Amino acid sequence: MGAFDFLLQGLATAAEPMMLLYALIGVTLGTAVGVLPGIGPALTVALLLPVTYRLDAAGSLIMFAGIYYGGMYGGSTTSILLNTPGESASIITALEGNKMARKGRGGPALATAAIGSFIAGLIATLLLAFLAPSIVKVALVFGPREYFALMVLAFVTVSAAFGDSALRGLTSLFLGLALACVGIDQLTGQARLSFGVPELLDGIEVTTMAVAMFAVGEALFIAGQRNHQEDEVTAVKGSVWMSRRDWARSWKPWLRGTFIGFPIGAMPAGGAEIGTFLSYATEKKLTKHPEEFGNGAIEGVAGPEAANNASAAGTLVPLLTLGLPTSATAAIMLAGFQQFGLQPGPLLFATNPTLVWGLIASLLIANAMLLVLNLPMIGLWVKLLTVPKPWLYAGILLFATLGTIGANPSSFELGMLLGFGVLGYVMRLFGYPIAPIVVGLILGPMAEQQLRRALAISQGDWTTLVHSPIAAVLLGIAALALIVPLILRARGKGQVLSQLAGDED
Amino acid sequence: MKHFVLASMFAGAIAMPAMADYTIIAPANPGGGWDQTARTMQTVLQEEGISPSTQVQNVPGAGGTIGLAQFASQNKGNADALIVGGYVMVGAILTNNSPVSLKDVTPIARLTGEYEAIVVPAASPLKDIAGLIEALKADPGAVSWAGGSAGGTDHIAVGLIAKAAGVDPTKINYIAYSGGGEALAAILGNQVTAGISSLGEFDAQIKAGTLRLLAVSAPERIEGADAPTLKEAGLDVELQNWRMVAAAPGLSDEQKAKVTADVEKMVKSENWQKQLADKGWSDTYLSGADFDAQLEKDVTSTEAILKDIGLVK
Repeated sequence: MGAFDFLLQGLATAAEPMMLLYALIGVTLGTAVGVLPGIGPALTVALLLPVTYRLDAAGSLIMFAGIYYGGMYGGSTTSILLNTPGESASIITALEGNKMARKGRGGPALATAAIGSFIAGLIATLLLAFLAPSIVKVALVFGPREYFALMVLAFVTVSAAFGDSALRGLTSLFLGLALACVGIDQLTGQARLSFGVPELLDGIEVTTMAVAMFAVGEALFIAGQRNHQEDEVTAVKGSVWMSRRDWARSWKPWLRGTFIGFPIGAMPAGGAEIGTFLSYATEKKLTKHPEEFGNGAIEGVAGPEAANNASAAGTLVPLLTLGLPTSATAAIMLAGFQQFGLQPGPLLFATNPTLVWGLIASLLIANAMLLVLNLPMIGLWVKLLTVPKPWLYAGILLFATLGTIGANPSSFELGMLLGFGVLGYVMRLFGYPIAPIVVGLILGPMAEQQLRRALAISQGDWTTLVHSPIAAVLLGIAALALIVPLILRARGKGQVLSQLAGDED
Repeated sequence: MKHFVLASMFAGAIAMPAMADYTIIAPANPGGGWDQTARTMQTVLQEEGISPSTQVQNVPGAGGTIGLAQFASQNKGNADALIVGGYVMVGAILTNNSPVSLKDVTPIARLTGEYEAIVVPAASPLKDIAGLIEALKADPGAVSWAGGSAGGTDHIAVGLIAKAAGVDPTKINYIAYSGGGEALAAILGNQVTAGISSLGEFDAQIKAGTLRLLAVSAPERIEGADAPTLKEAGLDVELQNWRMVAAAPGLSDEQKAKVTADVEKMVKSENWQKQLADKGWSDTYLSGADFDAQLEKDVTSTEAILKDIGLVK
C-alpha cells in the first residue's frame, strides 16, 4: 500500500463516531488549557495519560492530537483579546492581534488566526505525511554552528523589526539576553546569577516573564493612565468577519508562515517560537502597509499564527522518525506511544503504519474540528472586550496569577510575576518595545549553548562558524540586515532611509 | 463545561484533596523519566487498590533539588507523601550545593534502572570501544562526547571512562545537551565523535543501523544489545542510571515499614512488571539496608568523580 492508501485508511478509522468524540474532548480541553497562561498542553496530556490508558491506542492518540492543536488555538485567543499569551508560541500574536482587537477588529484577528492555523495545520500535516523521512535528513545537517547562525539572524531581524527605534529594540533585546544568563549553565552545570535562590537555578520561566510583561505590565499601564481617554477600546467596529481586503492581505502570510514554521519545527532544536519571530519579521519587511505594523496589521497575526501551527506539525517529524521529542508535549506523546509498547524511531513507519497514519489522519480531523468550533465562537469571544476595563483587567490579573501558580506552585514565582510586571510597566512608560526582551530570554540560552557547543567541537577555532555554507549564508544575511541601514544613514541618503524607516527603525 | 474543566484541572494540578492517600512529587517537568516513573506508580497503585486515589504533582527544577527541598520542608512526618528521584539527583545535589540532600528524606527503594550505552554514528571510522579509547588517549580534546546535562549520569560516565583509561578527566570534551534525545540529533548528524546516554534512548537507532553500539556500562552483557561491557574492554566502569522513591523525613519505624510494604506490593504486581516491559525499563528493585548501602556508595563515588571532572570544588 502506498502512503495515500494508508492515509485514507487512517481517515476512515479517525472518522468513527467514538473517535470523533475523543477528538472533540481533546480539542475542547486543549483550547481550554491554551487559554490559561502557564498551564500548557504538556501538563494536560500528562494529566490525561493515566486516563487514556484504558482507551485503545488510536483513541488516546487522537485525543492527544486534539489537545496539542487545541492548545495552539487557545493560546492565540487570549493573546489577541487580552494581550495575555497562553504560551510562548503565541507571544508574537499579541503584538498586532491585541492592537486590532482594541480597534474593534478582534473578529477579523481571531478569524485570520483560526483560518490561518487551519490552513497551516492542513498543509503541514500533509507535508509531515509525505515528506517526513526526507525532511529529517535535511534537519540533521543543522549542527550547533548552523543553529547559532539562525539565532543571530532571528536576533537581528527581531530587534530591528519591533518598536519605533532600533536602539530601543536592541536595548530591550540585550536586557532579555542578560536575564537569560540567570540559572544553571547547561554546559558546565555551574549556577550563574542565582544569588543562592533555588528557584532561579533553572533560569527565569519564559511564560511567567511573558505573562508579566504583557498582561501585568499592561494592566498597570492602563491603571496608571486613568484620566486619559484616547485609547478607547471599541469592541466591534464593522463586521465581525473578515472583509475581502482582510482575505487578500492574509492568504500570503498564511502560506509564508507555514513554510517558515514547518521546517523550523522539524529541526531538533528549532522550537515553535523562532518560526513565529521570523514570520513576523518577514511580514513586516514585505507588507504594503508598513505604517500599520505596531498598530494592528492583520499580516502580523496571520503569519505568526500559521507559523506556530505549522511548527506544531513539524515537531512530529523528529518525534515519529527519530523518536526525538523536541517539545514538552512531544515528550509526553512519546510516553504515550511507549504506553502502547511502541518505540517511535526510524522503523515506526515500517513496523506500525496503521497507527502512524491514524495519528496523522486524526491531526487532520482535530484541525477541521477546531475550525468548526472556533469560527462560530468568535462573536462570543469578542464580547469579552465589552466588559468594563476595571473588571477586565482585574480578571486578567487573576487569570495571570492563577496560571502562574498552577504551573509552578511557588511564592517566589509569583514575586517574579509582579516584579517583571513592574518592569513591563516602566518599559511601556518610556517607549521600549516589550517583545525583544522576551525573545532575548527565549533564544539567548539556546544561542549561547549552540555557540559554545560549536566552539567546543572545533576546540576553540572561531572560523568554524563560517566554514559551514549554511551558517555562512545565514550570518551574511544577518550582517546585511544590520549594516545596510547604518551605511545608508551614514551617507545621508535621506530618501532611501525614509522609505526604509517603516521597516528598519 | 469549560469552567468545570478548568476547575478540575486546577484541582489535579495544585490541590491535594483529603481523599488522597499518596501524593507523589515528580521533581521534574511532565514527560521526563521521573515524571513517567511517578505516573506509572500512580496507575499501578490505583489499579492494584493499594492507594485508590493517588496524586502526582510536578515541582520541576535544578536536577530535582527544588522539588526535593520543597518536599523535605513541607512534609515532615507525613506518611502519605512520596517523592521520585534518582541518580541524577545525587549529582545535582553536589553540583548545585543544595542545602537539602537525600539524608533529609527517607529513601524507600530503588525501582528501575537503565544502563549507559556508548555509540558512534554508522559512518564513523571508529569500529569498537578500543578504537575510541585509543583516540581518547591520543588527544582527549579531539574526542567530543554528546550526552545529557552537565554533571548528570552521562557526563559522570564519560569522566569515569577517561579516568579508567588513564586519561585526565578534566581534559574530556563533553558537549552537554538537555537530554539524550537532543544529543541524538547531534550524533546522527555527525556533529560529534561519540554519544553516551541510556541504552533506551539509542535502541531504535541501533536496530535501524544508523548508530553503532560500542559498549554498555552494565556488569554483564545486556540481552539483545550486541556490544561488550566496559569491563570486558578493560575499563573498570559500571554505572546504572537508577530511579528511586523516597518518603518524607521524620517518619516513625511503623510508618516507614508501611510505606515500604506498599511499594513492595506495587513492585511485585504483574501490572507493574507489564508497565516496565512496555517502557523498556529493567526492574532493579532494592530496598532496606541494601539500598541504603548502595546509595551511600553511589554518593561517595559520584562526589569523587565530580571533583575529578572539576564540577565540584
